[in-house]
Amino acid sequence: MPKIASFAELKAFGEQITADRDNEAILMTVCGGPGCQATRCHEVAAELRKELDSTSLNGKARLRVTGCHGFCEQGPIVVIDPSNIFYGQVKPADVKEIVDRTVRKGEVVERLLYVDPSTGKTVLTESEIPFYKAQTPTLLSQNRRVDPWSMEDYLAIGGYAALARVLAEIDPEKVISRIEASGLRGRGGGGFPTAAKWAACRAAHGEEKYVICNADEGDPGAFMDRGVLEGNPHSVLEGMIIGAWAIGANEGYIYVRNEYPMAVEHAKQAINQAREYGFLGEDILGSGMSFDIQVARGGGAFVCGESTALMASLEGKVGEPRPKDVHTVEHGLWNRPTTLNNVETWANVPAIINNGAAWFAGMGTDNSKGTKILALTGEVKNTGLVEVAFGTPIRTVVEEIGGGGRNGRAVKAVQTGGPSGGCLPESMFDLPVDFDVLWEKGSMIGSGGLVVMDENTCMVDIAKYFLKFLQDESCGKCVPCRIGVDRLLEIVTDITEGRGRPEQIELLKELGETVAQTALCGLGKTAPNPVLSTLRYFAEEYEAHINENRCPAGVCTELVEYSIDARTCNGCGACLKACPYAAIQGRKDKLHTIDLELCTKCGICLTTCNDNAVVVQ
Amino acid sequence: MANSLDTILEGRRSQPHQLIEVLQDVQHDHGYLSREAIDTVSESLGVPVMEVYRVANFYTAFTLEPRGKHVITLCKGTACHVRGANPLIEQALGLLDVGEGETTENGLFTLETVNCIGTCALAPVVVLNGVYHPLMTPARLRALINRVRREEEEGTGHA
Repeated sequence: MPKIASFAELKAFGEQITADRDNEAILMTVCGGPGCQATRCHEVAAELRKELDSTSLNGKARLRVTGCHGFCEQGPIVVIDPSNIFYGQVKPADVKEIVDRTVRKGEVVERLLYVDPSTGKTVLTESEIPFYKAQTPTLLSQNRRVDPWSMEDYLAIGGYAALARVLAEIDPEKVISRIEASGLRGRGGGGFPTAAKWAACRAAHGEEKYVICNADEGDPGAFMDRGVLEGNPHSVLEGMIIGAWAIGANEGYIYVRNEYPMAVEHAKQAINQAREYGFLGEDILGSGMSFDIQVARGGGAFVCGESTALMASLEGKVGEPRPKDVHTVEHGLWNRPTTLNNVETWANVPAIINNGAAWFAGMGTDNSKGTKILALTGEVKNTGLVEVAFGTPIRTVVEEIGGGGRNGRAVKAVQTGGPSGGCLPESMFDLPVDFDVLWEKGSMIGSGGLVVMDENTCMVDIAKYFLKFLQDESCGKCVPCRIGVDRLLEIVTDITEGRGRPEQIELLKELGETVAQTALCGLGKTAPNPVLSTLRYFAEEYEAHINENRCPAGVCTELVEYSIDARTCNGCGACLKACPYAAIQGRKDKLHTIDLELCTKCGICLTTCNDNAVVVQ
Repeated sequence: MANSLDTILEGRRSQPHQLIEVLQDVQHDHGYLSREAIDTVSESLGVPVMEVYRVANFYTAFTLEPRGKHVITLCKGTACHVRGANPLIEQALGLLDVGEGETTENGLFTLETVNCIGTCALAPVVVLNGVYHPLMTPARLRALINRVRREEEEGTGHA
């Protein structure tokens, strides 16, 4: 491929690709996102490829394996276009029938269609599925239109046109003012106005400046950045190059979690392609701009999601944050002016340039513009990645998109924003997805994790879970976080193990507020949020643990006992085989019993028994 | 075939900022960071041995001990926790008789936990030798571990 040297050449090339592609042809799209990979979508794709090669369909039907479509619960997913037929939970054995009937004859394979659990009716097309219908598809929906390995796919949907326009006709200052007019705020958690960062970095003194893409995504329960970087890596690169033009940077880094090998691979190959086509390197599109990007792999430290710690890690050091009074836009990586944004933020930039700031600002609320990708997980029917306009009520996300609670259980709460966020009760689900509103209520939108919890989730245990996480991940540099989180965990552990005292509630609040006010970095400052928000909204659960030695959800092992109900047990022996501690005795077809001396209350028998004979009290 | 230390260090010598990238490659290709590897990396990049150890200890991606033939990674992310990661961890601990991060005496299994593997929609998730197993239950985990054991006994096992 010869380098593309100008805006005109890019336009002609894009038109050529579109013309070359037979729009009448049948396109089979297989989702290759992380969820579908886990359900072996590659076997389905391989079978489809084999079937296409072996039949006379060559040229009439095309196969595209893409990044994440979002509806992980239904994986592996095959969508047949132009008719938009959606097949879910497809197995390799289904492929022949799909090709024979749907591709060749235009018939529908009924048994593979999605069944809406709320109505019991089958749904024919992807666009009619409630999970997708209530979303605002702008960023994530591009995933299904591109093979992440194909530059041609990205160019065919107008890729790099925003970059070409910027380089040909928009001054750096004007780029920044457009981003400002769009109201774009950082998607990584802080919600800082992106344009303000860019402008300060542009104004900072220094020959060498850097842009960084934060793809560390350390929040447990978050995988939207993975979805974007793996599925549409060029959109991230294009955003970074536009950002580099705006601030005057020549070098960029993508800092990716090592736990995401596919994201590392896709980012690297996209960079190589961008170099070949002349979107990275010297004299980009004939503009005289020089810029290149490298990929760095993170070492699996949560704190490296914090900007100053991430920069220390990029320098090859231990990832410890530093005080924020020295701004990274002036003294960042190697003490030089640096702009750091997360994956989703960068990926929004090309669309803002292409569609205009007003288009972007037209979505969302007063202070939260555009859309947000959320990772919808936990005790909800439809799990996956969803994209909604800011301002969408949490209830819409949980009930309409998510389909409500699983296994007939009532939803109790959502946890948003990972370890920096908090838990909100069901009574507050009419609150909108919004940076400032959730913050005022003691939680935050954070990077977009949304974990749904039901009556089987103990909120005190959740607070303990996050404190344990933060204790493990605290870098240890500042005292409030290192020792404060430790003490918070100690008290919450006391409560979950039956040693709680009523006065500890006030102590938790006081200590939590002290840590929030005095910790060094953003992660430390927000570390008490999970405990403070559960204290605020689920005080009765803390009180039940402290005053009655009772865990209402039956989760805290020190407060419960396991037994087997003599009336329900049919003596099948499943629990006996399952117990890793040999704590269950009994003969075939006779009542089984639990030896409380040996029982560790791990809960395995509970998940194994098909007859609900294991009782937790 | 694992790349030798020489190959990994090529083009990165005397560049201290390459430390983490180099250690990532050594960990990936050799399975752990041996004492000799750490000494060589220290000398080649110009980073004091103490600093190399500090970095190696700080990041969870690095291990200073060789790992087992089969690596079982249990995700402890929020979504996995809510959907029952604890019984899975208990199942694995009980069956393998090791602690988190430890390797069985016969060198067959290493049991690791991870903060989040990013496949939260299909929680709880267990990874065996890089292959994801979604919507895991203790019974299926037991079957998985027993299958590997059986294959090893029959001599058909492969990591």
